[in-house]
Amino acid sequence: MGKTVGDLQQAAARRVIRRQAASIVAAVAPFGIVFGASAATAGFTLLEAIGFSALIFGGSSQFAAAEILGDGGSIASAAVAGLLLNVRSLAFGVIMAPALTGAFWQRAAMSQLMIDESTAVGTSTTDPALRRYGYLCAGIGVFVVWNITTVLGHLVFSDAGDLINDLGLDAAGPAAFLALLWPRLRQRPQLRTAIAGAVIALVLVPIAPPGVPILAAIAGVVVAGRQTPAVKEGAGSE
Amino acid sequence: MSDAVAVLMIMTIGTYALKSVGPLVLGARLLPVRVQALVDLLPAALLAALTLVSTVGSGASISIDARLVGVVVAGIALWRRAPFVLVVLVAAAATALVRLLA
Repeated sequence: MGKTVGDLQQAAARRVIRRQAASIVAAVAPFGIVFGASAATAGFTLLEAIGFSALIFGGSSQFAAAEILGDGGSIASAAVAGLLLNVRSLAFGVIMAPALTGAFWQRAAMSQLMIDESTAVGTSTTDPALRRYGYLCAGIGVFVVWNITTVLGHLVFSDAGDLINDLGLDAAGPAAFLALLWPRLRQRPQLRTAIAGAVIALVLVPIAPPGVPILAAIAGVVVAGRQTPAVKEGAGSE
Repeated sequence: MSDAVAVLMIMTIGTYALKSVGPLVLGARLLPVRVQALVDLLPAALLAALTLVSTVGSGASISIDARLVGVVVAGIALWRRAPFVLVVLVAAAATALVRLLA
């Protein structure tokens, strides 16, 4: 009744997007549990852990900050390392902005959802309305699941220092970092940057205060960037 | 105020600023290609450093222990295209097993 072919195509496209978003949201759940556990290991209270997941809402940056603080790093090194990991949100925002139109408060609210997952689903289509739909489905879905699983992870592992060691959960953090890094290693400039960053950090661990080796690793971008002739393919971000 | 709360406040403000520049300020304008390329490389350096430091770092010294086995196993799992959950689980299980046997 009164539905055009265009409407039906939109409905079908939205169904595909919802399915994409659902699988991405499901993949985030274990990661949230690991963050909750890492936060507990680093000595965060439940409220602090929720604050990280709801207010910062940026997976790898939350892990980095918890890791550095838990290791005795300073406030500055934890915050700067975390923020540097979120610099890519700036690029995501630039990519998504044309699809995220509306009143100031709407754009302000949608900005909080600017993460890898929402941008990935959002940019899987070209139509601005569908982009916005995918961005919101994945962004809201991840936000809800991320916060629930953070609480679960923290509750289960908060009083379990020995248990964390016995279950090998202190290896879960580095394994999670490696999993985040992995897809990037297929591209040469990314691989070079990763190796350079790892070497710089490792050399500095025994001589620099905790957290500093990780910050210094960003010099790896300069090393690898120099060797790359002008990045001709033009802003190949995902 | 705990260190965690201080970091939380700084990162909340900073991260939101980064997230919102596009939608609130730039609109449809683009970043220069050079800047975009550097922004795209930044996570690789940081994540590699984080992986390594959280695997063999303990405070200001390097200690090779059961964690390394777990992360190597995680690498193998990733190479075999295992999903995230499995990667983390096998890393933890391998580390736990080494500690149990040691």
